Formats: sequence, C-alpha cells, structure tokens
Amino acid sequence: MEATQKTMKVTVLRYRPEQDKEPWEQTFDVPYHKDTSVLEALFYIKDNFEPSLSFRWSCRMAVCGSCGMMVNGVPHLACKTFLRDYEGKDMKIEPLANFPIERDLVVDLSDLIEKIERIKPYIIPDAKNANMPLNKNFKQTPMQMEAYLQFAQCINCGCCYAACPQYKLNPKFIGPAALTLLYRYNTDNRDAGAKLRAPFLNSEEGAWSCTFVGYCSEVCPKHVDPSSAIQLGKKMSATDYVFNMIKPEH
Amino acid sequence: MEKYQADVAIVGAGGTGLRAAIAVAQADPKLKVALISKVYPMRSHTVAAEGGAAGVVRDDDSYQKHFEDTVAGGDWLCEQDVVEKFVRQAPQELYQLEHWGCPWSRKPDGDVNVRRFGGMKVPRTWFAADKSGFHMLHTLYQTSVQFPSIHRFDEHFVLDLLEEDGECRGVVCYDLQNGVFRQINAKAVFLATGGAGRCYLFNTHGGIVTGDGMALAYRHGVPLRDMEFVQYHPTGLLGCGLLMTEGCRGEGGVLYNKDGYRYLQDYGLGPETPVGKPQNKYMELGPRDRLSQAFWNESKKGRTIKYPLGEAVHLDLTHLGEKYLHERLPLICELAMTYSGVDPVKAPVPVRPVVHYTMGGIETDGNTATRMPGLYAGGECASVGIHGANRLGSNSLVETIVFGKIGGDAMVERAHNVKDFDSAELTRQAEAAEKRALSLFDVKGTESMSKIRHEMGQSMEDGVGIYREEESMQKTIDVLKNLQKRIVNVGLTDRGRVFNTEWMNLIELGYTLDVAQCMVHSAINRKESRGSHQRLDGPDGAYKQRDDVNFLKHSLAFKSTDGADEPRIDYSGVKITTFQPAKRVYGAEAEAAEKARKAAQEAK
Repeated sequence: MEATQKTMKVTVLRYRPEQDKEPWEQTFDVPYHKDTSVLEALFYIKDNFEPSLSFRWSCRMAVCGSCGMMVNGVPHLACKTFLRDYEGKDMKIEPLANFPIERDLVVDLSDLIEKIERIKPYIIPDAKNANMPLNKNFKQTPMQMEAYLQFAQCINCGCCYAACPQYKLNPKFIGPAALTLLYRYNTDNRDAGAKLRAPFLNSEEGAWSCTFVGYCSEVCPKHVDPSSAIQLGKKMSATDYVFNMIKPEH
Repeated sequence: MEKYQADVAIVGAGGTGLRAAIAVAQADPKLKVALISKVYPMRSHTVAAEGGAAGVVRDDDSYQKHFEDTVAGGDWLCEQDVVEKFVRQAPQELYQLEHWGCPWSRKPDGDVNVRRFGGMKVPRTWFAADKSGFHMLHTLYQTSVQFPSIHRFDEHFVLDLLEEDGECRGVVCYDLQNGVFRQINAKAVFLATGGAGRCYLFNTHGGIVTGDGMALAYRHGVPLRDMEFVQYHPTGLLGCGLLMTEGCRGEGGVLYNKDGYRYLQDYGLGPETPVGKPQNKYMELGPRDRLSQAFWNESKKGRTIKYPLGEAVHLDLTHLGEKYLHERLPLICELAMTYSGVDPVKAPVPVRPVVHYTMGGIETDGNTATRMPGLYAGGECASVGIHGANRLGSNSLVETIVFGKIGGDAMVERAHNVKDFDSAELTRQAEAAEKRALSLFDVKGTESMSKIRHEMGQSMEDGVGIYREEESMQKTIDVLKNLQKRIVNVGLTDRGRVFNTEWMNLIELGYTLDVAQCMVHSAINRKESRGSHQRLDGPDGAYKQRDDVNFLKHSLAFKSTDGADEPRIDYSGVKITTFQPAKRVYGAEAEAAEKARKAAQEAK
C-alpha cells in the first residue's frame, strides 16, 4: 500500500430476497491506488466489511463477461473500470439496469440468454457443405472474415441491454447483443441460414424496434458496435422483404 | 431435494465439457445430457486462453514431429500411446470447429493460418488473433444450443459425487439462482472443471479456477496424477498476473533483462536469433519451463528490472509495428494498456513468470475413463497423459476438444450398456451432502476465509514455485496442514440461500486446499528435476538432475484411507512406445543432437 493512500466513498445497492423487502444502499470507505478496479473495490468490501455482498466475477481481464454492473448510472465491466477515473467523486455501484435483481449486484440474465439462443447462433451450412470432411476448411478470405469479425467479439455481459431505452420500454425486443449475433452469422460466408433467422430479424421485436439511439455501442466494453450491426440488419431485412415480394417462398 | 434423471452428467461447461456434450448429443439424441456449470458456459476459463491450438496442417509438418515435440517438451513423462492418438485427432477437431464457425485467422487464399509457438518445431498453432479460447468457447457454446438433448444447469455448483457399488452414479449440486439442491443421477459422469491455479497467489486464472473436479475425484478415492508439475508461464503482466500470450513471442516478441540483453541465450536456448526473425525452438520460442527458470536465475543474478510492483523483464513487441500488433495481438494491446498503462506499440511490457497451468490432474486412461467405473475426466482437470512434466503452449486448447470428443463417445458407449437406475442409497448420499453443506452455517468460529486463501497462495509460491527445496516444501506442508485445521472454524455471516457466494467460496476453498496438498506432497517426494519440477537440493545436489532410474514414473496422490489428513503418494509406470528418453535440448544443441541422431540412423 502506498503511503498516500486515498479513499473513496463507495455506495453499493443491496438486496437479499430472503430478508429485504426492497433494495437498500450501503456505503463503505474503500482505499485505492491508481490500479484499483471497481472489481477490486468489491473484493475489498467483501473481504473486510461485508462478506455477504454477492456479485459475479471471474476472469479479471474483460473477456468472461461476468461483472457487468452500473457504475454511477452507466453500464460497465467492474474489472475494466478504475476508481482513479472517478477521483473527487463518490461512487455508486448498482446491478445492471433493465434486468430483475436476483440478489445484491447479481441480476437475472435468463432473458438475455434465451434471446441469444433463440436466434439460431450457429452455422447452418447449405446442403452441399453439410458434410464437409474433417480435413479441409471452408474458404474464407481475410476480407470475408472482416465482414463479421467485429460482431463476433461480444462477451454477453449485458451492458448493452442495460443501456437500451427500447429494451426498457419493451422487454420483448430481441435487443442489441442477440441481434448482433444474428447479423454475425448471417454475414459469415460459411452460413446459409439467413432465411431461418429472418423471422427473428424481421419480427416486431427484431431490428425494426431499434430507434438508433446508439447508447449500446457507447457502453460496449468490447467495441462490438451493436447499433451498427442492427442498422446493417435492417438493411438486410429490407432487402429480404423486397426480395420476398418479387419471389415468394416456395 | 429435486431429482433429475440423466444419462450423462457433465460437470463444467468450458471447452471440454461443451465438446463432450455435443459429442453425446450427436451420437445419440435420445440420451439426456445434464451439462452442469457453476457459471454460464461462456464465463468458463477457456475464454481467457489467447495464443491458439496446435494441429498439424502444413506440408513440412507431420504427426511424428508434433509427437516428438510434445513428448520431449514433457521431459518424457507423457503416455506416448495417448500422445500419438492426440496429435492425430487434433487437426480434425480443429477443422470441426472451423466448420462450426470459429473465426480462425486466415491466409490471403482463405485457408487457415498457423503461427509459431514455444517448443514446437514447425508453426502449427491455429489462432483466432489472440482470442483463440474466447472464440473456441463461444463457437462451442453457440453450436451446443441447437441440441435439445443437452439440458443445461447453469450456475449450479457441484457439492459431491454419488457413488454406489464402487461406480459413479451422479452428482449433487446447489442451484445458486434458486437456492435449492438438486440430485442428478447419471450413468456416466464427466469432470471437466478446469485447473487449480487458485492454489497460488499469483496466477493467470479467473476466480472460478479452484480445482473442484480434482478434489471431488480425489475425495472419492481416484488418484490425482503428476500434481507436482505446475506450469509457470514466463510472461504474466507484472502486478495482476494477466497472461501475455506466448503468441507475442511466436509473432517475434523478444525478452530483455535490465541491461537490454536477450538473456535466454545464457540458458541453453541460443544462439541469439535476429530480432524480428523468430526461429522455432530457439530463444524466446523455447518451452515455458525453461523460460521461467531463466527468469528466476536472472533474478538471482540481479539482472531483472525493479518496479514498485516487483521484479520484471521486458517483453518487447515494438518492432512489430502498430498495424501488425493490432491485427495479430489486439487483446494483448488492450490488456497491457488497461492493466499496465503500457502501449506495446510504443514501449516494452514488464512481465514475469506466473502460475498458469496444472499439468497433472485426475488420472484417466487414453479414453478419459478414471479407475472408478462411470467416472470420466477431460481437459485441464484430468491427467490423460499428454503433457508430462511440462505442457507445450497450444496443446491444451486442442486437448479440450480432442478429449471432450473422445470422452463424449466413451460415455455414449457406457450409457448404452447401463440400465436406468435410482436407489434409496443415492438419495441418502445426496441428502447427506446437502446436510454437510448446510452444517457450515452452524460454525461459530472466527477464522477468516480470505486470510486462509492468502496464506495458502503465498505458501504455495514460497514452497512449490519455479525452484524447490526440501525445507521450504516441508514448510508449505506444515502451513497447509494447519490451514486444514483452521478452515473448519470459518464462521459464515451470510445466512441466505440465494446466490450465497460466501458459502460457495468456502466450499471451493476446501477443494483448493486439498489440491494444494496433493501438489506439495507429490513434489517433496519427487527427488529429481524434470520439466517444471526443478529442485536445488539433495546429497551433493543430486536432485538437480533428472533421474530416469528412480523417477521415470507418474506420481499418484491418493486420499489417505487411514484417516490421515494428508495424501498418500504412490507411483505408476510411464508408457513409452517409440521415443526413448534422451537429453532434452533446445536451440543449437537440439539441432546438433538431431543431426547426430539422423547420422546414426543412416549408418545403420
């Protein structure tokens, strides 16, 4: 610990379903230095003040997606957010917005998971490639990969859903991460499943629900830019629509 | 207690567990698969693997070369028949992932590209930039959702295995989200719980890597094999220990000491190769154990660089240029910037060795079966026999999918040959496990869990680190023994049942402590130096050498049956097929040795 140890007032939202009627706040003085992350501040609180505080975490390196939470009202990964950037202010940590609170900083993510799994997030090859032998790969040039690679970087942390005004109004909206994943597979030259995903993309809860606020892209800790994937998805959906008017499905 | 009747239960939903689940689902969709994980699948620590996965694809490569690199890299403590099978199945599993959508980095012609890795003679490491584990895991998870026979139990923490007539028949787990217990009966149980890096203080691991599966098997009489072999990765970020992939060096990164000198040439890895021209098995592309040992020696010589956070050497990538770094190593750039404040494009990154991998694990045969019928294990938690005394980088990611698949197939066969069952005895065991877990709430002690965790981690670093001695290992043994006494006096403050992480962490810590004991007891009994297990002691320093006469054998750590609170160490033979033990050499020495071998063969 450095001699000139600073401290910050950190307020954490608490909710224990078996004993609390409603959420409440608890404040701690947390010492920090230039490298202290919000996650480490939570470790400090759990080890020294309040062992009953629950939060999800694992990798500490912004890739497992466990520790999405609200820091001063903005969705962040706790492991990639640092107290130094809030110097001179107090800090308030709350569970991700727009999800039901399960306990303390742990939210119920089942809606996000269900949507990710609903949109058929896997390669659906066309008939001629269905049984490609296991000693050759699909041809995919770096340029073809470039078309979807950014949209394959999502870590499923849920920050974009916490940021999305549309999801807040209409929880049926498939939402940024799942629509991005849909677009990622539709754009992969190994895939031929766009038609099977069209009902999700084109549905009322699909891409057209998005009002292009773009806050999802702003908060995404991996710079996936879901907002742009959804706009590209709309384009895909419109093309699909026109195409289907000319040549109806057999 | 709720009960679920499965055919196959898989504990852990990382690379290995997911691959096994898909294998079962594809082989027989009628078999019910329970896929149990204490986290959501995509949180599993496979996600953090960076560099890539080895599989022979180039014309100038061969299975034989991959086999030889692996066996020599493991200092001849590998099961050679298993390695033979492994290198042959590696490429097809990698192609399988490619077909499932994994974005392996490509050559301009659209075929998969490979990169150099440490200890590998030919470039054979498939990579998805430096997020190989992330992309493999998400590809497997996303692929798995199309199989309705896979029933996931996300955020379910396994408390015990169920066992009847000497066979494994299921598991009992705690559902974090709902705060209830579940008994899951199964004809085959597969442990795929990953490593145990959290035994140590300074590690590359996520908080979930607590050795659960290893401890579960051990407590049921299945031995943990070769647990003394713990890999220190040479390039962890100073301070936090986050991994700077070996891919950094594969792409041409170099290591300097405080004098700006590429010190690896002093440790049998030279001669120095030109900067920007990495050469397989030379210098920075030596194996991990040798590189970590070189750091230790540099530190003794006072040639490391002193930072407020500790000693380091410099990993220099600046000569690779911004464009190349951002294409090949984007995560490394992000991590170094975020957690170290260093931009690798502009400045060298301070790094030091950090605990990264457990070569040992649950003893299995080449088909992932343990000696307990019905119990299987794969991935890092298992010792299937391919890593020996030192794992080569990029062999473990491919291990997850090769042995996930093999394990899945083996379990299908067993499930077809075992009738449905349930019994009062299994219910009794499940209820007993629940009761045991709940009894932790009755403890009124004042011991601190975080102190015990910290003391364990520090004592493992002190006693069972890069170099080892009898005296310091004995000290660690004593510390751990004492911690086992103290852990039963940890009083819980959290009385809730829903998402009680304090309670779960205490049970995890119990697992980790058991595994740590297996590591140090296996280590103190291995009176030689081999791979990642290096000793400085013995009569006239005798343990500094490899001793094939007495120790070309696997250690087995058994839970004592006589009530002792420490493991009993035994040994088993090593399967050698075609590659006889020889001196393990790298750099120019390796090339000379190979020439001599070829000449001798021709002379015959």
